[in-house]
Amino acid sequence: MLASAPHTSGPRSVGFIMAMVMLALVPGTLLGIQQFGWPALNLLVLTAVIALITEAACLIISGKPVRIAVMDGSAVLTAWLLALSLPPWAPWWIGVVGAVFAIAIGKHLFGGLGQNVFNPAMLARTVLLISFPVEMTSWISPQPLFSAHAPGFMHSLAITAGLNHHLDALSSASLLGHVKTTMSIDGHAPLPAIIAGSFHPLASFMGTTAGSLGETSALLFIAGGLFLIYLRIISWHIPAAMLAAVGLLAWGTHMADPLHFAPPLFHLLNGGLMLGAFFIATDPVTSPVSNKGKLIFGAGCGVIVFIIRQWGGYPEGVAFAVLLMNAATPLIDHYIRPRIFGRTLSGDPLAVAKKGSE
Amino acid sequence: MSTVSLKMAVQSLLRTRGGVHPPECKDTAAMPIQTIPTPTRLYLPLKQHIGASAKPDVVPLQLIRKGQILAHSQGSVSAHVHAPCSGHIADIVEHPAPHPSGLPMPTLEIENDGRDDMDEMPVAKHPHMLEPEDIVARVQAAGIVGLGGATFPSAVKMNLGQRKIVDTLVINGCECEPYLTCDDRLMQERPAAIADGIRIMAQALNIVGVPDVIIAIENNTPAAIAAMREATAGWRHVEVAPVPTQYPMGAEKQLVRFLTGREVPATKLLADVGVLVQNVGTAYAVHQALRDGLPLTHRIITVAGDAVERPGNYEVPIGMRVSDVLAHCGLRVDPARVVMGGPMMGNALSNPNAPVVKGTSGILALSADELKSAAERPCIRCAACVDACPMGLLPVTMATLLKSDKLDEAMGIGLSDCISCAACSYACPSNIPLVHYFNFGKGEFVARREAKRKDEEIRRLIEEHRTRVATVEREKAEAAAKRKAAMEKQKAEKEAA
Amino acid sequence: MIATILTMAAMGLILGLFLGISAHYLKVEAEPIVEEITAMLPGSNCGQCGFPGCTQAAAAIANREAPITLCPPGGKGVIDSLATRLGIDAPIGTAEMMPMLAYVREETCIGCTRCSKVCPTDAIVGAPKQIHAVINGACNGCRLCVDVCPTECLQLLPETISLDNWRWQRPAVAAAA
Repeated sequence: MLASAPHTSGPRSVGFIMAMVMLALVPGTLLGIQQFGWPALNLLVLTAVIALITEAACLIISGKPVRIAVMDGSAVLTAWLLALSLPPWAPWWIGVVGAVFAIAIGKHLFGGLGQNVFNPAMLARTVLLISFPVEMTSWISPQPLFSAHAPGFMHSLAITAGLNHHLDALSSASLLGHVKTTMSIDGHAPLPAIIAGSFHPLASFMGTTAGSLGETSALLFIAGGLFLIYLRIISWHIPAAMLAAVGLLAWGTHMADPLHFAPPLFHLLNGGLMLGAFFIATDPVTSPVSNKGKLIFGAGCGVIVFIIRQWGGYPEGVAFAVLLMNAATPLIDHYIRPRIFGRTLSGDPLAVAKKGSE
Repeated sequence: MSTVSLKMAVQSLLRTRGGVHPPECKDTAAMPIQTIPTPTRLYLPLKQHIGASAKPDVVPLQLIRKGQILAHSQGSVSAHVHAPCSGHIADIVEHPAPHPSGLPMPTLEIENDGRDDMDEMPVAKHPHMLEPEDIVARVQAAGIVGLGGATFPSAVKMNLGQRKIVDTLVINGCECEPYLTCDDRLMQERPAAIADGIRIMAQALNIVGVPDVIIAIENNTPAAIAAMREATAGWRHVEVAPVPTQYPMGAEKQLVRFLTGREVPATKLLADVGVLVQNVGTAYAVHQALRDGLPLTHRIITVAGDAVERPGNYEVPIGMRVSDVLAHCGLRVDPARVVMGGPMMGNALSNPNAPVVKGTSGILALSADELKSAAERPCIRCAACVDACPMGLLPVTMATLLKSDKLDEAMGIGLSDCISCAACSYACPSNIPLVHYFNFGKGEFVARREAKRKDEEIRRLIEEHRTRVATVEREKAEAAAKRKAAMEKQKAEKEAA
Repeated sequence: MIATILTMAAMGLILGLFLGISAHYLKVEAEPIVEEITAMLPGSNCGQCGFPGCTQAAAAIANREAPITLCPPGGKGVIDSLATRLGIDAPIGTAEMMPMLAYVREETCIGCTRCSKVCPTDAIVGAPKQIHAVINGACNGCRLCVDVCPTECLQLLPETISLDNWRWQRPAVAAAA
């Protein structure tokens, strides 16, 4: 086989990209573990290990080379994102079922790396949410590591094993869940007062609220996302469009009717929106390839997140929004293409702006 | 200085798309040009340019002088081939071409007698005051083609510029490919000669006035920028414009858009927007031809790569085998690959006996470490290729389509607009051979077009064959009927008698 | 409950009736595609596809009984036209699709002119008792000459690759991961 140009190659590899994304996740994850203690770490590690085993098994079954694929970090990253979206004190089988579903069905059934239509982590999370609603909505108020009520390591193993003695005393709804439940029980409840009572922007920003690991620190996940944009691992289009869509919709509706619509900061800082905007929606395999397409994709995700949060049955909509827009990605890629040099948007050659004449 | 940078920054933002930043590897920029003595044998292909092959005017064993025309251009787009040394024609052979396939092409094999007996061309006293047609004629007589690598016959290009009335002449000193520094050294060492050549080329386009000249140089070569500024100091209508260092800044459509804001429409030429681009090496060759009477017989190339003992810039005779050049410069180790040109768009040479030709800008003897070839992984749709493409195409989608044989769809999203710059392949983290797929697809498209043309020809021939056979049958039948009628007539006459 | 059953049954009946009527009045007639395909084939009736003539091959292609790559003399041009007309993807760069041309082995040619008489494009030149030659540009590899040559001096070989018709091959398929 004759050698084709180019006779050199860029420094980036798939493994490098995965490693950088994981690096960007570390600060937010560490804070989450610090807030929710050993059980959160147990769940994260278990999910990652099961994901790797599942990945290896799928590769062997499909006859593909195992070592290089397992070492590129894509399975661990999927498991990491999944674990970030689970309740931190969830029992072990939630993590196992989620990891197996994400890797085997969400990724390899579609054809392996690069072939899946839907984000595997979000696919697994949604399946878990629908199948095991109780376990998936049992949130804990933060019990910082080494604090008075935080479980010790041996106790955390018991919690992860599903023997959740102290759960009732420590349970707490996430902020989004609390607001949604209260408003759905009583449509005339004073929303501004509820929000003023329970929403502390700094807490949400820094990460001391109840929720999943990914719903903790907006600050740290924004920082990680900006780091990735700086390295050009992800582009700014999807996060900007998603956050702008949510922010603008929240601001507009809040201006119009503050009694029924929460303020923009409430939406932006709570729930998994920051994690979703910078780390989940930007998954390259399932998002459009053109910049214009990415803007549309991000905006679509933001609109759907807002709609589900406001009028849907679930308090958080990031996973559903991302999955729905994943389904639209092939359509977006088909119709939205960049303008080719020397041609108009519709593909015809540009008209010659004649400077010379024949 | 700060205003220049600000302008360049704004232009970068608004007028460039895509591009990558491979490591420059321009160590040879500090090495002055050395001459390589002409070897015993030279191999001059009859086609070192775009257009029709030149036709040889010499026969084996014929004595030749340096600078003599050995083969004349044929047709409207072609170039002469001149002798780089004196001696005699050893043979006209099929010799390996400097092409990835290594297939042979008709080549003049020359035996050098070492005497350099010279034939010079006639020189005018003030070449930059000649009539444009005269300049073009002399450029054609010197066998000058575009030395940036495209090898388009320069006289034809200048003619086009006259017909389409060009108002801007861009001199391309960008040299955006890694490793190559021959243009850089040329500008540092012989700026006055280049400037003279530029002035002559501008005069060749003086139809309704001398065009504005922009000399574009990447900003990682401040010495070259300073030298050219000094050489053209005080000249009206001439500007030395530093451009950002990125690949492929030197691609002419992208360069013109950056410098002038004019975007060449697809399927049209630069001349249609009033611009002509010439390489600095071509300007130097024009100076040598019109000022010194020397046809194009030598050129400066960069020899580089980890496997080379003495890398640098060398003035070599055209026709010297790559193996002879590498022997002169020394090989420390066995190269993993020998490339003619730069690492991004150069041709891998399967046969090192291929000769240096007019379009050769460099010879790279690369080690395995420099090649960085790695196993292909699946595409993760990261769109690094989309970000890198200077033409605004979607390499990820085109490659997926070509893998599934969907050539028409790939053409539909712009495969024919691809300039094969390989920025996408460079950027791909999965090491997918994108440009290889695109060259494969473009080649298949041409092959299908050729096949269709031949099909129509065959159909026409079959029709003609059938008509011919039918006519022959008919004539035979008519002749037989006539004979029969004549015989019957004779019979009847006999009976009547 | 009875009302439900009756309603569903009635809906089923009405929709079924609707479908039946549409199938009759909105039926799409088969197009005369065989003539179109015959026009795309070379028309030399050489028989290499296994069918007696180009018309029969066209009928088989129209019925999807034969692949569009069945015509060696047609080469890429025919495959591309058929692919476009039938909406199938034509394989790119398959080795079997290289054009084959007839070449005369001059040492064994006896000049019997049987080949030149049978060539449908008059591609073979040569007077009786003189060595014959094939004009490459007019030969489409139909093999009729190869079959009649008494000394077997004609052979079908892939077209010589020169710099003019050399093309990049398909990149090697990577081991998928």
